[in-house]
Parts: sequence; structure tokens; C-alpha cells
Amino acid sequence: MRVALFITCFNDTLFPQTGRAVVTLLERLGAQVDFPEAQTCCGQMHTNTGYQNRGRSLARRFERVFAGADAVVSPSASCVAYLRENGGGLDGRLAELTEFLVDRLGVEDVGATFPHRVVLHPTCHSVRLMGIGDRPRRLLERVRGIDLVELGNAAECCGFGGTFSVKNADTSMAMLSDKLCDVLDTGAEVCTAADNSCLLHIGGALRRQRAGVRVMHLAEILAAT
Amino acid sequence: MSDGREAVLARVRAALGSSPEAPEVPRAYREAGAFGAGGDCATVDLFCERVADYRATVRRVRGEELLGALVTACEQRPARRIAVPAGAPPWTVEGVDLVRDDPQLSARQLDELDGVLSGCALAIAETGTIVLDGAGASGRRALTLVPDYHLCVVRSNDIVPSVPDGVAALARVAAEGRPITLVSGPSATVDIELVRVEGVHGPRTLDVFVVEG
Amino acid sequence: MSKTGFPAAARQALGDTQMRRNVGKATSTIRARRAARVAEVPDWEALRDAGAAIKARAMATMPEQLERLEASVTRAGGKVHWARDAAECNAIVGGIAAGHGARQVIKVKSLATDEIGLNDALAAQGVEAIETDLAELINQLAHDTSSHILVPAIHRNRAEVKLLFEHTIARGQDLGWDITAIAEAARRHLREKFLSVPVAISGANFGIAETGTICVVESEGNGRMCLTLPRVLITVMGIEKVLVEWRDLEVCLQLLPRSSTGERMNPYTSLWTGVRAGDGPEEFHLVLLDNGRTDVLGDELGRQALHCIRCSACLNSCPVYSRTGGHAYESVYPGPIGAILTPQLRGLENAPTLPYASSLCGACYEVCPVKIDIPSVLLHLRGRVVREYKSRVSPEALAMETVGRVFGSQRRYEQAQKLARLGHGPIVAAALPGWSAMRGLPEVPEQSFREWWRSRPARPVRGDGAGP
Repeated sequence: MRVALFITCFNDTLFPQTGRAVVTLLERLGAQVDFPEAQTCCGQMHTNTGYQNRGRSLARRFERVFAGADAVVSPSASCVAYLRENGGGLDGRLAELTEFLVDRLGVEDVGATFPHRVVLHPTCHSVRLMGIGDRPRRLLERVRGIDLVELGNAAECCGFGGTFSVKNADTSMAMLSDKLCDVLDTGAEVCTAADNSCLLHIGGALRRQRAGVRVMHLAEILAAT
Repeated sequence: MSDGREAVLARVRAALGSSPEAPEVPRAYREAGAFGAGGDCATVDLFCERVADYRATVRRVRGEELLGALVTACEQRPARRIAVPAGAPPWTVEGVDLVRDDPQLSARQLDELDGVLSGCALAIAETGTIVLDGAGASGRRALTLVPDYHLCVVRSNDIVPSVPDGVAALARVAAEGRPITLVSGPSATVDIELVRVEGVHGPRTLDVFVVEG
Repeated sequence: MSKTGFPAAARQALGDTQMRRNVGKATSTIRARRAARVAEVPDWEALRDAGAAIKARAMATMPEQLERLEASVTRAGGKVHWARDAAECNAIVGGIAAGHGARQVIKVKSLATDEIGLNDALAAQGVEAIETDLAELINQLAHDTSSHILVPAIHRNRAEVKLLFEHTIARGQDLGWDITAIAEAARRHLREKFLSVPVAISGANFGIAETGTICVVESEGNGRMCLTLPRVLITVMGIEKVLVEWRDLEVCLQLLPRSSTGERMNPYTSLWTGVRAGDGPEEFHLVLLDNGRTDVLGDELGRQALHCIRCSACLNSCPVYSRTGGHAYESVYPGPIGAILTPQLRGLENAPTLPYASSLCGACYEVCPVKIDIPSVLLHLRGRVVREYKSRVSPEALAMETVGRVFGSQRRYEQAQKLARLGHGPIVAAALPGWSAMRGLPEVPEQSFREWWRSRPARPVRGDGAGP
């Protein structure tokens, strides 16, 4: 099957390895991946900051760029949730990565091997706002060699919230501080999530602290063999 | 004075614009009657359990045992002078001076008594709630409020299963404009460190007598 | 009180480690209790749906319901007044108190009266308003303001309260560390007031249009005292508290106690109509208060903020509130509900930072018993702040405009990506200052995803779209 990839602006620029992993993974599962190069940003940041006209026009631009695609997948739940609510849902043809794997391709075992201790941070979009539920967990559980550990206070927000992390940096840091404690308490080598926006935030603090724990998008673990 | 009224109503109308839709209330929750009429064993058991959870003392007695149980409770307290609503049944409690609220006792007189003995209009099992309706055995409100000790008689037939049952049963009382008080345990506060502390201003001790048969 | 805005107020609050400990512990405790009591109720979601509709129905028919309420209360011997704003309400209440020659009034906790500054207005005319709620008493004695809707002194622990009481109402006593003894001091102090002060002021949780019943939900018994013993009772009720029919209580009285204190039912709920000969006050005044509520009502999306039944579940579930406490919101209504209600009540220009005091995590919406979609209203208000209040040439607006144009074109976007790699460009400039004060900035990789994509050897395109 053919699927178009919506990489998202921050993955494109800051986490290209996530995009490479998504492509590797999907091709391994037999999909043919397209990349419409006119894509840029969905507009979530603008809308969430209050610049809603611009945000919606970017959502409309997204619809135009992907108009011809039968299926579109994105490794960012927050962008997918945003597009669905702002007229960019492509009439149901747009899916978040774990939704695509579990629901559209019907797989939970993606043939991955990753022999490391990993903790999953569920993200607010997946826990509450989008109902992704336990799809990320089910996919990870089937990874060979993985030591998947439970995160305490898992459903608590990490404090990123897009521009919140900048406009309310102090409160954002207080929230991040507690999330960090919970991550470090697990003894995991890797903290993963289905969204790099949270990992940008968590990873930044882990690096600052020289904590010896790294962050990886879920797709990178699922692509590993 | 009517300026304020006209102005506020006009603002409300302007704010709402062309009449917005008033939605139907979906009733997929357990409504009155969903658990039967109450008064049965399971309902009474549940009520006793739930009231006890609030740290009220619950005693289950048969009709003929009630007065004896009241005597014992008053001896243990000890309580010698107890207020009783004007419309209460002709209870007598040996060794206790039952002061009938007729003519009405003043608040200070109530404050000096050792307690109050009342009945109630009904009770709600699910939440362990006693309902006073301002008349008959419930008495006027100050009576069950000022004294520090409240002995309350609940007839098992008057225990309904749920909150919707209770609210439905009170509809007529509400329409008549009688004051209603829902009592769920002795007075309490969680204002300091969220630790529940029994007994601030209302009666700090609540003894419930559930009378069966 | 001068407003500094949420970011600055939060920064200050976050530095108060005692408050953080108190509020953090309190909110996590109530969260657990609420969860346990809600889990017991198999039809909880159905109750929430009913509660949301009950409120929406009352708002949609508000003029009719207020008139019905007025008629029912008047029929039962009460007197109804209408107040356009705080000043008018304070004048009405003050007038009634003066008419009875009152030098003191006893009060049941009422957020609406805090909102209008009633106590200060009464003080200005020589009337002392005595708070009888334990937490309100604590705040009054400490000259402090409320930090929580339900437990207003939660930012104080028992040690702080003990010392406060030993300096004020229990002077010269050693209260010990048991909370019971501390509460006993409040009881003794207030008992005399309940038995002697002839005028009381309360708020209202609900006002039933059909029957004229006013409902006050409480725990300590001070409500019952104020509603029953004095000769004159004045109730200040926000117009949004009106409900259509008596039956509505069967839903609301289930939703409120479990959501607020995590109890099956709160200790005392008082329901009364007008005056009743021989039982309670001889004179009852109901003051219906607007004070900005009609402004909230006028915003189709924002008006759901008026559905609030003041349970505080959203505060207790909020990762922001549970760390900053209520004072950071600089309003009588803090937390998530405050972030959407305060700007609408007071005007966006008076609280422009509150809609941004949220990471939009959605925990509040999950727990709201009447399903107020707080995240959506926050987004809506952010849009209104930008459209109605912010300058189009503010640094932020210009940056957003620039970034927006960059994202609008593939060419400009790819150019900006290259500039970002060099540490320059509009995207980095917009994000940098607030971010890197606290977190390590990721290095921008040498090759973007799309550059990698273009560098791949051409893949044969299979017409049927089947595997590689």
C-alpha cells in the first residue's frame, strides 16, 4: 500500500532520524512511502498561541498538499489531533503512526529488536486528547529483547505544551522536574514517546543534567533490528 | 430597584441573542425507582454501613427496643436534658428530661441542653444521608443544629436507595416551601491539610437508631 | 491588588517551598479521594452528560428562569433584588444591614461576595463582616486571600494555623498539634457570634426556579448556623446559579460532593424557600448578581464557563495549579476554571495572561462533572486576546507573522531550515530566549529529513503499490 508521510516541521529540522526510522519501518512492513515536498507545518503553534487565522490557513495548506494521497501517516499525535480539529483531517485519511500500524496495517509485531531498558512516556494527546490509548505500549511490548518498565505518574503532563514552555518557563520547568524524577526512578536507559515535542523537552533536561539517559522516538525503536 | 431588574434581564436577553437551543436532559443515569422502593434488607444494610463510614454511631433495633436503646445511649453520653420536636411521637426516655419544643426554645436554651432527639422524613442508603423536612418528627431547623449531640430515629421503611429517589420523594415538600436539611454524618471540616476533623459547628456526635418492623 | 500577570506571579509562587508542599500534598490527596468515590458510581459518565445539559438548559433559558425564581421566592415571603455590578450589590446589602442597625454580620463562605469585595464595602460603612468558614476565618485573621475554591486556606499547614490562632482568637493558649484542638478554638470563638448576631450573609450553590428553593452545600455547620439562627438572611447569588427544576438536584447533588471533597455526600446541605414562620429567619433577601456574567453569556463558546458548580476538581487535577497554588492567578477564581472565567468576567484586557496559564494537557476536562471543555475555551480566549487586545505590531505578533509566512512557502521554509542550522533565522529567534534558560537546546542536525529523502537512490515505483 502507498502512504504519504507528514514528517512535521520540527521532526524535519530537529529529528530527521525519526523520519528515517518511520520510512525504514513502513518499507519493511511492505508499504510504499511518498513524501510530498511542499509540506511545511500544520499550524498548531500559531493556533495554540492565539494566531488562529494563520493557524487555520496552514491547516488548509496541509489539506491541499496532501489532497492526492489515499493515506497519510505522521509520527506526531499532537499535530494529527490539531489537524483533525481544524479542518485538516483529510476526511479520516490522516493517521498518527501507532494508529496506522495497529489499525490500518493490523500489526503489533513489527519485527523489531531493541535489547535495552525502555520507559514509555504516554503524552497528553495519546492519554486524553486523542484516545490513542495503549497502542504505543502494545507495539513496544512485541519488540524482541526489550525491557519495558512502568513510568510512575505516567499520565502527568511533562510541561511542554508548545509555547507554554516558553511563556511560562518556570511552571514548565517545575512540571518537567517531576517528570524527570519519575523517568530516572525507573532506571531506564531510554525514554521514549510517540511525540518528539515532549521528548525535546524531556531530553533537553536530561542532557542538561548529564543524566546518562537518552530519548528516542518510538519509531526509532520500532525500526531497530 | 426595578432599574437593576430590567437592566440585568435586558443584558441577559441581548447576550443570548436569538433563542439558543435548550437541550433535552439525557437520562441514561440510574433514576428514581431504579432500585425499587427501598426499605428492604439490602437497602437498610447499605444505609447503616454508609452512615457508619462518616463516624456516626448506628444502632439497629426492633420497634420495641428503641426506647431502651435511647436510654442506654443517653446514659453513656451522659445526657440528662434533651430537646424534642413539637411534632415528634410521644417518646419517653427513662432518666432523661425530654424538653418539648413547644413553646419554642430559644437558641441559647438549646445551647444549654445536652442533645436533641428527632426523627426524620426519610433517609438515603447510597450516601448514608438523613433528610429532615422541617415538620413533624424532624422538627424546626435550629433544634437539630444547636445542641452538640443529635440522636436520630430512622424507620427502615423510610430508607430509599439513591439520591434520585430521595429528591423525588421530597418534591412535594419543596413545592410547599418547607426547609429541608440533608445530614450526612456529624459536622466536619477538611480545611487544614485536608485532614477530616469531625465536629466544628453542627452536632459533633450523631447517633442513628434504625428501627425495623 | 495590582496584577503582575501569571508568569511573574507563578515564578514567585514556585519559589515558596512551604506553599508548594502544602498545595502539592493537598491536591494529590483530594485527587485520590475523588477518583475512588467516582469509581464507585457506575453511571458517572451519564450523570456528567445530564449535568452538562442541565446547566446548558438553564443558561439557554436564563431570563425566564430568573423571573420564575423571583416569583417563587417572592410568593414564599422573600424579597428579590437585582444588582448590575459589584457596587450596586454592595449598596443593596449594605443598605439592608444599615436598615437593621447591624454593626456585625456573620457570613457563610461565598465566592461571589469575595468577587465583589463585599467585606471591604461593609467595613467602609462601619459594619464588620465575620467569616464563619474555618478556612475563610483563617484567611481573614491572616489578612490573606483565598488560594482555592473549596479549601481556601490550603496553602497553610497546621503549624501555620496553630500559630495564627494562638496570636488571635486563642490568645495565650497552647493549642497543641492536633487539628481537632485547632478546630475547637474556631468553634468556641464563633459559637457566641452564631447565637447573637442578627444578620447573616450567604452565597448559593443553586437556585431552583420551579420552587424558589435556594441550596447551600457545606461541611462544618456554620452554613446551617447562619441560615437558621439570625433574624435576617441575605443571599448573594450569581445569576448563573439558577436551575430550571427541583429534579435537577438529583444529578447535581451526586456530581458535586464526589467531585469536590471526594465524599459520597457532604455533611450538610440546606434547602430553603423564602421565609417560614417559626423556623429560621423572619426576613430573607435574595440578591441576583450580574457583575460581568452577561458578558460571559454573550460569548457562545465561552459561556460554558458559567456551568461551573464550584467543585474544584479541575484545580486539584491541574499540573499547573498543583504547583503554583491559587495566588498566582490573582483572582477569586483560580485554576483552570479561573483561567477561563476570570478573563471573561473581568475583561480580557484585565487578565490577558490567564488563558496561557496552561499546557493544554486536558486533565481538567476529564474530571469536570459538568463537562466544561476548558482546553477549547482556553484556545478560544487566546484567539480573542490576540484579536481584540494584542497589538498587531507587538514583537510576538511580528515574529508569528514572519514564521507564518515562512511556513506558507516551501522555498522560504527550506531556507529557514538552513539558517536554523547556522543558529540563525526566524524560528530560532522566536524560540530561543525562554527556552534555553532552562533546557539544553538540541543541535540542529547536519541534514534535514527532506535533504536525506532527496539523497536516496531512486526507488522503482510499482504500479500496484505493493511491497518493495
